[in-house]
This record gives sequence, C-alpha cells and structure tokens, in this order.
Amino acid sequence: MTTAPVVSAARSTVAIRSENLCRHYRMGETLIRAVDGVSLEVRAGEFVALLGSSGSGKSSVLNLIAGLDRPTSGSVVVQDRDLAKLSREELAKYRLHVVGMVFQSFNLIASMTLAENVELPLRFAEVDRSKRDSLTQAALERVGLRARMDHRPSELSGGEQQRAALARALINRPQLLLADEPTGNLDSHTGTEIMDMVREFNQQLGMTVVMVTHERALAERYAQRMIFLADGKLIDDRRNIPAAGVRGGPS
Amino acid sequence: MKISDLTELALRNLRESVLRNSLTTVGISVGVASLVAMLSLGTGLQQLFSQRLAKSGLFDTVFVSSRRDLRGMGREEERKGPTPGESRVLDESARQEIERLPNVQEAYPDIRFITELRFDDKPHLTTISALPLSAKSNDAFDGMQGDFFSSDTAAEVILQKSFAEELLGKTPPLGAPEPNVTDLAKPLLGKELTMRYAQRQAAPVPQPPLRASEATTPDDSIAGAAYSVVSREQKLKIVGISDLDPESMRGPARAKVFLPLKLAESLHVMQPTDLREISRAASDQPVYSSISVRVKNPAQVQVVEEAVKKMGFNAFSILDASNSLRQIFRVLYAFLGIFGSLALAVASIGIVNTLVMAILERRREIGIMKAIGASDGDVKKLFFAEAGAMGILGGIVGVLLGWAIGQIINFGTNIWLKSQSLPPEHFWAVPLWLVVFSIVFAFLVSLVSGLYPAGRAARLDPVQALRYE
Repeated sequence: MTTAPVVSAARSTVAIRSENLCRHYRMGETLIRAVDGVSLEVRAGEFVALLGSSGSGKSSVLNLIAGLDRPTSGSVVVQDRDLAKLSREELAKYRLHVVGMVFQSFNLIASMTLAENVELPLRFAEVDRSKRDSLTQAALERVGLRARMDHRPSELSGGEQQRAALARALINRPQLLLADEPTGNLDSHTGTEIMDMVREFNQQLGMTVVMVTHERALAERYAQRMIFLADGKLIDDRRNIPAAGVRGGPS
Repeated sequence: MKISDLTELALRNLRESVLRNSLTTVGISVGVASLVAMLSLGTGLQQLFSQRLAKSGLFDTVFVSSRRDLRGMGREEERKGPTPGESRVLDESARQEIERLPNVQEAYPDIRFITELRFDDKPHLTTISALPLSAKSNDAFDGMQGDFFSSDTAAEVILQKSFAEELLGKTPPLGAPEPNVTDLAKPLLGKELTMRYAQRQAAPVPQPPLRASEATTPDDSIAGAAYSVVSREQKLKIVGISDLDPESMRGPARAKVFLPLKLAESLHVMQPTDLREISRAASDQPVYSSISVRVKNPAQVQVVEEAVKKMGFNAFSILDASNSLRQIFRVLYAFLGIFGSLALAVASIGIVNTLVMAILERRREIGIMKAIGASDGDVKKLFFAEAGAMGILGGIVGVLLGWAIGQIINFGTNIWLKSQSLPPEHFWAVPLWLVVFSIVFAFLVSLVSGLYPAGRAARLDPVQALRYE
C-alpha cells in the first residue's frame, strides 16, 4: 500500500484539517481510544471515503468533524473554525449551516411528513415561512420525491427515505456533506442510486463529501481518496481514480 | 426557533402521543378545577357576606354627632379639637353640608325618643326611632310581614317583633321558642296605635311653662331663647312587623318602633339632647343630636369619616369591624388557595413524568434534531412549549370544569335551601380575574414542571442518542 501525500493544496482550499485528533472515553475500567492521533487534511470539493472495520474509529472521526462530539485532545478545523473551541451554541450553528449529514438508518422523524422533515433545518435557521415552502419543494424535486412530500417516512422505501434525508442535508446549502454508511441499509441497486446522487452533489454543487463505509468496492467506485483507519489510527491514505461519470451502477 | 414554529411543533408532538398527553392534561385540569372551585367558593362567600353587610347598613354608615355632646368624656380627639363652646352645632345646614360631601348617599338626622304608645287602651313605654325610606333595602326588612312605609310622611309605623309580642301580651319566657312572626302580624296589621309625645314649640317669650335650664351645664350661657313643650297625640297605623332587628348594633338603646323620617321630623318631638341646645335656639333651624351618613360605597367610609371630622364633628363608623372581617377572608382565601393548589401540585408531577417519558421515547428524535442543527436552546424551548401547551389547555379545561362543579354544588345547595324554605343564595362566583389567574398559574406551574425535563433533553448527547435504538 502506498501512502500518497495528497495534502499539498493551498491553505484556503483546505476544508477539513485535523491534527493529532484523539477521542478517548471510559467504559467501566477500560479506556477506549476510539480516535487515537489522527492527522489529516481534506481539500474543498474532495470526495473522501473513510474505511475500516467496525470499531476502527471511522464513525467517531466523522462525528468529530460533524461537531456532534468533541475531541479529547488535538484539533479539528473545518472551514477555518476550530471546533474544539466553539461553544455548544456555536457548534449547533456550525452543524446547521456548514454540515449536512446522512446516516445508515436515514434518521427521519417518523411523526413528520417528508416535507416537514426536509423543512426542519429551516425552522432551526429561522427562515421565513414564505421562503421555506419553495426551498423544501426544490430540495425534494432535486431528489425526485416532490410527489411524495406529504407521506410519512414509514410509507416509503429505504431508498426513498435516504433520498429524503439527502434533501434535508442539502436544504441549508452546506459546504460539507457527511455520510455515515449511507447505503448500509439499502440493496445494491438503491445504494447505487443514492451514491450517484451524492456524487452529483459533490460535482455539481461543489460540496466536500466525507463518507464512512466498510465497503471498499463502493469507496473505490465513488471516492477520490480513501483513508483507512484501524484501532483509531490512520493506517493508509491513498488517491483513487473513481469510475468517473458511471451512472446506474454495474449492470 | 420562532415562537410560531415552537407552538406548531409542540402541538404536533402532543398529538403524537395523544392518550398520554391527554391524561396529563386532564390531571392539570382537575388541579385547576379544584383551585377554581376553592377560590370561587371563597369569592362567593365573601360577596355574599359583603352584600349582607352592606344591606345591614352597618358598614356604609358614618355616625356623626356634635362635639359639644361629648364634652366631658375627655377623649384625646375632643381635647385636640375646638373647645366645646366654640364647636359647630349639628343643625340642618350642617346636615346639608355633609350630604353634599363627595361619596355621600344621604345624611339624615337620628330622631329617637322614648314615649308612650297606647294600644287597646293599654300604655306601653318604648323607644321610637325614625327611618328614611332608603332603609327599606336593609336586610332586616327582608322577611317583614306587611309593607314598608307608603311614604316619608305617612302616619304609619313598623313594629319590631318583640314589641308586637309585648302588645299582644305574648312575650315568651326566656328560652322558650319564639312565636312565628306571621301569627303576630295577623292581629296587628292595619290596626291603629296612639302615640303620646311631647312637642317642642319655639316660644318667643322668655319664661316658658317648662324651663329646661336645670339641665344645662354652667358654661352654656343662657341666651334668652327658649321653647315650650306641649303634649300631643298622633294616631299611627301598623303597616309592618319586622322579624329581624334593624338596629341590632345599637344594643340596649335600640328602638322597637319605627316611624317614617319626615313624619317624625314634622312632629318636633322633644328629644333629650334638645335641652343642651337651648342656648342655641336663636336660629330657627332644627338642631340634631346625631346624624347618620350613608356612604355610597363601604370602601369610602373612611374618607367620608375624615371629611366630617374636618368639619368639626365627631364621626364614628364600624370600619374596623369590616377590616378585621376582610382579614378573616384573606386567611380563608389563602387556606382555600393552598388546598386547591395541592391537586395542581400533584398534576405538575404528572407533567414532569410525562415529559421525562417523552424524552426517553424521543431520544433518537432529539439526537436527529441536534445533528441537523438544533441548539440546546431549541430543544429546551420545544419541551417548554409542550409543557406550556399542556398547562394552558389544562388551565382552560380546568376553569370550565371548576365552574361546572361550582354550578352543580350551588344548584344542589339551593335545592336543599328550598327544602328548608330558605331563600336561594349565590355563594359561588368565578370572577374574570380568577379565570385569567388560573390559566396563567397553570401555565407557570407547567413551565416549572418542564424545567427539569427540558434541561435534561437539551443536555442529551447527540452521539449517544443516535446510537440508541
């Protein structure tokens, strides 16, 4: 395995930079080093896959970048914000405006319709009601779910739910899309659909994408770069030439 | 988050677990209802008492007398005032002046004398007092047999029950049951009494047949004016027998026979205090021993009392008694309020319980909201809004429930009162302030109950919450 130093870009185009990032926690008597000294840089507009087996710490790294969790030590700087130094309030604002997230289990709110789910970040952002409807419809249009906007998540297939989750992640026009095993609960065909959309956002909207996955094939097909983690440590970081422009997946 | 969004989300969340939230809201309603029931009982009772007291004429009356008459009693107040010799005479012009004071309904002289009444040729000595027509509203006349005076000058008389007993020779021995007022009224109503009295006549000549100067005190210089006393008779028709005693507060001095005020004035009956005013009879104006001043509103009694004192008269009211009564009601109120609040306190624990349950249930949802950008404050406000919405809803339903309970109890009590042949009473009142207070109170109690759950929800770690299945 070759370790390709890809962090040569100018500082202004660096979207994410972590230095000696650590996240330790105690479980009973044992100290668990979920993230143990990870240093990396991601350029703006890059599509990065975080790979590793379960327990490798890839999700923990993603949560730290998402501002959902705080590092025990080290730093993580996203778009010139040192997340460790932000207050809880500022972190919430950061999650609201800078980051869009999708999860393996979709994480739509079951009691809300698709439109309401997609609209929710706009409510937190205190966007006027008059603007919200058109933004929501445009986002649902983009993922092809406009016709189903009044359905509840339970009435939709997994793929449709994940598309709605993507629409929600997009609604506040964030620079960063973080995806935690986005295809983990989907069959391969639907998974490909979702991944195509993620790539579209990356290419057309210029969003920086960091995706956690344990499927190497998926990473190879879509990511421009693959970062391998094991036991909370970065073990490999390599460039990848994705199967550019391939749509619809392998036949 | 905006208030409108908070409200919308809170209400939709409440609808999601409608059974649990309804039950919690019912709990609040019952709490508010008990509070409303207790306090409206207190308010109603207070209103009933105040009405009764106002009707008794005790608490809206200021008794005015001349300082001259009290000379020698040596009260601090009198010593400070003008010396008796110079103080004002309580005459007709003073009465009119008092009547013109703000907040005064009327001022009428107290005419009161002891004289002989003949009925069936038997003489009865008794105290007679004059009543203005406005005394008709005095609750002592509520259960009266017969009618009130037909006019202010009618030759009519109303008897107190005990005097009626005396006339009929039916005075019961002490402790024996009192005869029914209806039975007493039958043989008396419409009958005539003959009142024999001493009329005072102004006499221009200095030596009247009966000089009263023996009674004057040394410093009352004799001014030459005097009057004569003529014995007179007046026939009076019995129009009413009152069961209660309209002058109960006067104690032993109370009158048992009542005349219309203008009639009594026109008779110029010699009164004991006339003797003292003999030196003052220079003017033609009637001089009064005392005047009763009816105040428009019991709350203004003190103001009127002060104004009268400034004019140079003695004034006295039973305000102190009414103050202590108000104190009693305040204590009763606090007691009923605390008692009523207990149920609301229990209900507030229900809110805490429901919201803590909701946090457990919606742990993941809270995690999602935080992941997509909700701040701690947003989550906290959302839970507050849910608590507050339950509080307001519970408050509104509770007020209606409390009102209904009051109506039912009032209705039931009145049926019972009717069976006891007593007049119906309205001792239940839900004033507007109580409605507003109860809803606001329920809202505040709910917010306080939401404090802990909302804080807990806000502090929830999103990573933990999203991992949780």
